[in-house]
Amino acid sequence: MIKIEHLVKRYGDKYAVNDISFTVEEGEIVGFLGPNGAGKTTTMSMLTGFLSSTSGRAEINGIDILEDPISAKKQIGYLPENPPVYMEMTVREYLNFIYDLKGCTLNRSMHLKEICDTVRISDVYDRVIRNLSKGYRQRVGIAQALVGNPMVIIFDEPTVGLDPKQIIEIRNLIKTLGKNHTVILSTHILPEVQAVCDRIIIINKGKIVANEKTEDISKVFEGSRRLNVKVCGPTSSVLSAIRSVQGVTYAEVLGSHDADSTSYLVESTPGVDIRKMLFNTLAAKSWPIIGIESMGASLEDIFISVVDEPEQTTRKKRRRGRGDAEKEA
Amino acid sequence: MLAIYKRELRSYFVSPIGYIFVAIFLIASGLLFSYCTLQAGSGSSVSTYFSTLMYMFIIVLPLLTMKLFSDEKKMRTEQLLLTSPVSLMGMVVAKFLAAYTVFAATFLISCLDFLLLYQFGTPNSAILLGSSLAILLAGAACIAVGVFISALTENQLISALGTMAILVFFVLTSILNGYIDNAVIRSVINWVSIMERFVNFTSGIFDFNAIVYYLSLSFVFLFLTVRVYDKRRWN
Repeated sequence: MIKIEHLVKRYGDKYAVNDISFTVEEGEIVGFLGPNGAGKTTTMSMLTGFLSSTSGRAEINGIDILEDPISAKKQIGYLPENPPVYMEMTVREYLNFIYDLKGCTLNRSMHLKEICDTVRISDVYDRVIRNLSKGYRQRVGIAQALVGNPMVIIFDEPTVGLDPKQIIEIRNLIKTLGKNHTVILSTHILPEVQAVCDRIIIINKGKIVANEKTEDISKVFEGSRRLNVKVCGPTSSVLSAIRSVQGVTYAEVLGSHDADSTSYLVESTPGVDIRKMLFNTLAAKSWPIIGIESMGASLEDIFISVVDEPEQTTRKKRRRGRGDAEKEA
Repeated sequence: MLAIYKRELRSYFVSPIGYIFVAIFLIASGLLFSYCTLQAGSGSSVSTYFSTLMYMFIIVLPLLTMKLFSDEKKMRTEQLLLTSPVSLMGMVVAKFLAAYTVFAATFLISCLDFLLLYQFGTPNSAILLGSSLAILLAGAACIAVGVFISALTENQLISALGTMAILVFFVLTSILNGYIDNAVIRSVINWVSIMERFVNFTSGIFDFNAIVYYLSLSFVFLFLTVRVYDKRRWN
């Protein structure tokens, strides 16, 4: 459905997007994730024909956006970062304008009514957009992207500036849209992609650093197993005992919760289950384990580790560094 | 393209700017007309009327063009137009035509003044028709300049002032001719001047060269506007 090959966008000698390639299948919801300034919007702008690429190709449904922009643009509904609404128009006038602009052939009143019901703006249909709240304007922007029932819908940060209830509504809406459309959405909000997307593409400094199915991404990036172990016993001796267990690569004190027990973060080499060994070692010293919890990498951890990679080569180093900083503080 | 044209035309009259333009144009042209032709002993003629009307363009036409693209850029709605299935040329021409429609309609209304001349005498119809046609074409060229300038900035004021500056160059430079000795510079100024080419019409001469010049000037500035957008995509 969407095919991007070796796309590059260069401003002077600065690369905004540096050689990215990915494909999106029909009916997929893909989350485009990255810190601010990573190149998300630039990529989307190139995909929608707003910007031209320095090199590389972007295809929508087999049509190259640069070779045949008009046919390609007909397949796309695009909501830019700021909803592109004309403040002096009413919602009705605006959507009718979009309908004409896109050269729609569907039944006008039925199609527009359907869209308004989907994004829930029927109650403000005859109000001037200037007088609408940010959330409503955003929804009018989404409605605009849906006019003409395009096969591909591209949302650039669709939930920015909305209240929590509206965010949930918009996420549900995007999920619903995903049933009949191919959706790409960009965001820097992690739970959003986790909640909505089938696949996650993480982009940083203009390069793709991860492209995985949402349910696989934590497995792929887990790297090592992490446990939160609660033990009763003298902190420093317990810590050195834990470090001596075979398979443990890293351990640190997380903090004491009760008078006599302390929590430890324990990391082990992938594929090794250290829980039994850990139990035996500590039991031998009669330091009882009163809790073990698996900490599986969260999306936040993955994101930060992937995004920070070039500066700090390993996750371990990074964590050690943080520990030192805390000690100094 | 029709959608953009209709929206643009409508937007002139949901904001005050369309009414302001029509009002200023009709009041100024009416006063000018009565001063030049109707007042006893004014010693002027329709020729003076048309020439002075042309000077008025410098001030009133930027009112029509200042917001065309600058407002889209400021309100971030240009993304909508540029990602919709409309060609750049279509978009530029639609906006140009919307501004032109308001201008031409207003000018044609002001032409009702001429009926008074027929009431009181026998004016030279060739001068009236030829000059009106030239006004319509020179107006197109001036509006095209405004369209181009508005694509360069997101600030309406800069857009309007920039357009005025360029129109001053095109319309007023021929005034300098009397002060320049160098024949080459003088002929260059005569060649680019919108005003210099207009003079023939006011004497009842149908100047085909001038018509081609006005049309070319309009086309060049619309084309440059398309290039501005094209270039921005590639930068």
